[in-house]
Amino acid sequence: MRTLKDKKFKLSDIIKYKPIRVSAIKKKLLYGSREKSSILKQVLVYGLLIGIGFVYMYPLLYMAVNSLMSTSDILNPTVRWIPSSLNFRNYVIAFKVLDVGKSLTMSIVMSGVPAILQTISCSIIGYGFARFEFPLKNLWLILLVAAFIIPSQVTIIPKYILFETYKMNNTPLPSFLPAVLGQGIKSSIFILIFLQFFRSYPKVLDEAAEIDGAGKLEVFIRIALPMSIPAIVVAFLFSFVWYWNETYLSGLFFGKVIQTLPMRLQNFVDNYNILYPTPPGSTANKLNESVRMAGTMLTIVPLCVMYFILQKQFVESVDKTGITGE
Amino acid sequence: MQMRDDKVKTSNRSKFSISTVNSIYGYIFIMPWILGFLIFTAYPFFYSIFLSFSSVLVSTEGIQTTWIGLTNYVELFTKDIKFPIALISSIVAIVLSTPMIIVASLIIAMLLNGKYRGRGFFRALYFIPVIIISGPVMSELIENQAAKIVIPTKYMIYQFFSMIGPVGAPIVYVFDNLVLILWFSGVQILIFLAGIQKVDTSIYEAAAIDGASSWQVFWKVVMPYIRPIALINAIFTIVEMSSNAGGDINTGITDSMFQLGHVYSYAAAMSWIYFLIILLLLVITFLILREKKGDR
Repeated sequence: MRTLKDKKFKLSDIIKYKPIRVSAIKKKLLYGSREKSSILKQVLVYGLLIGIGFVYMYPLLYMAVNSLMSTSDILNPTVRWIPSSLNFRNYVIAFKVLDVGKSLTMSIVMSGVPAILQTISCSIIGYGFARFEFPLKNLWLILLVAAFIIPSQVTIIPKYILFETYKMNNTPLPSFLPAVLGQGIKSSIFILIFLQFFRSYPKVLDEAAEIDGAGKLEVFIRIALPMSIPAIVVAFLFSFVWYWNETYLSGLFFGKVIQTLPMRLQNFVDNYNILYPTPPGSTANKLNESVRMAGTMLTIVPLCVMYFILQKQFVESVDKTGITGE
Repeated sequence: MQMRDDKVKTSNRSKFSISTVNSIYGYIFIMPWILGFLIFTAYPFFYSIFLSFSSVLVSTEGIQTTWIGLTNYVELFTKDIKFPIALISSIVAIVLSTPMIIVASLIIAMLLNGKYRGRGFFRALYFIPVIIISGPVMSELIENQAAKIVIPTKYMIYQFFSMIGPVGAPIVYVFDNLVLILWFSGVQILIFLAGIQKVDTSIYEAAAIDGASSWQVFWKVVMPYIRPIALINAIFTIVEMSSNAGGDINTGITDSMFQLGHVYSYAAAMSWIYFLIILLLLVITFLILREKKGDR
């Protein structure tokens, strides 16, 4: 048992044994059937991964290809994957319809600011839950989870009335205020991430700083926060993405005044018809799916660029923060 | 320290006990959350129950409510034509997609587990939908047929379901949007993957030495470990799917918020019926996936 453990066998070694080095491949020719089946398994795994990957990417590929097609290509059934000519005019039109210059700035502000606010508030709250013992703590933790489960549809109407009473509708405040008070989009998850993170480093460090004369707040800012940078990165990135893609609440609270990219996309057809009116009975300016696909592409491109740069931070987030440790 | 000294003077005891100081600081740190919870979650939550039993009049001096009991609820099921259909289709879509998402993300997580070339690439690939998924993008893709990788109309089973009207509609919806439903599984894959990697590998070894096949290892060894993670994932999925901005019910709620004669209250009743059913789904999920005694 012990010797086996020392050799560090892993699940992958047993279930799908995979030789990696060239020498191992050479060995395969020398040794018998066991190695052979492992090649089969490897092919199977890669085949499945690529197959499922294609299914996942299909809408994106379809969108990318169709956004470059001209009207005649769409109508031509023989053209499916490769457009006969690259038609960037769709993007020019979609750019104007989405008013990208303005709505992109709006999107960045309206997702960046709440994301920062939410990250700060969730780290403070998470620290409070992780480091201090106080009466009714379990009750608050249960309510924290309950707040995650209560869907926004249930609270949206009273919130709207509340913001209306204090004249906050059509300003960014309905998005900023809940973020400050730890009630932003999926705040509960971020609080739990920070809670888990602050619990995982030794309390002795805090106590040492306190003996040296640091106050509780100082300990939090100068010791706890610098140690929790992975959690901060995760909370900020996910907040940013989720705020970017949120249109349900924001559309109601300030959609008439502040329009982000996804909101412009939501009203794409209407906006298009205002910019390019179609005379009745004519098909001259008729909106086609290529333009709509180009608009959708423009909406997701900023996020995709961000993802390609920060891909590691996103994908390794779950490992780093240990959400599953609950 | 300074603060504590000040307090010492006012209290009769020689000093505050450490636990009292701790609980005061604890409450100072979580105070923003308690305030936010009361203002933006608890108060709206209960106020919307009240609204759903009322008739609301909006005037320049604010809103006036009168108690009308269950009238809104009765009207929703008897007079409203759209609501029951939207409700059924939304709920059935969640019921059908959740197991699909859980199974798909578990399979993908199992495939991704292990060390081989390109692992990072595939992990990144399967995560892309999480970044770009949003109500408007989804509905654009659905409207423009971008999600139809196979044309389901060719198959008998699809034609059967599309014939039986509103009851079959959600099933048709699932067929139509198979790919986009899978798009909801990005976070779940990561959670499963992290869970699988945490399982102590010596257990697999022991099972393998005892002659278990990989199939047996999966069902008898891996499954009991995965069950609690599957529960977390299922809850996450249901919450995520139910708040999908493009859902019939969700658009219905915002559309009927300002309906003449029904301002606020009617939509509140809608949201409450929806919420209660979601809650029921969550309870059922919990009962199915919770850890049973003597399971391990």
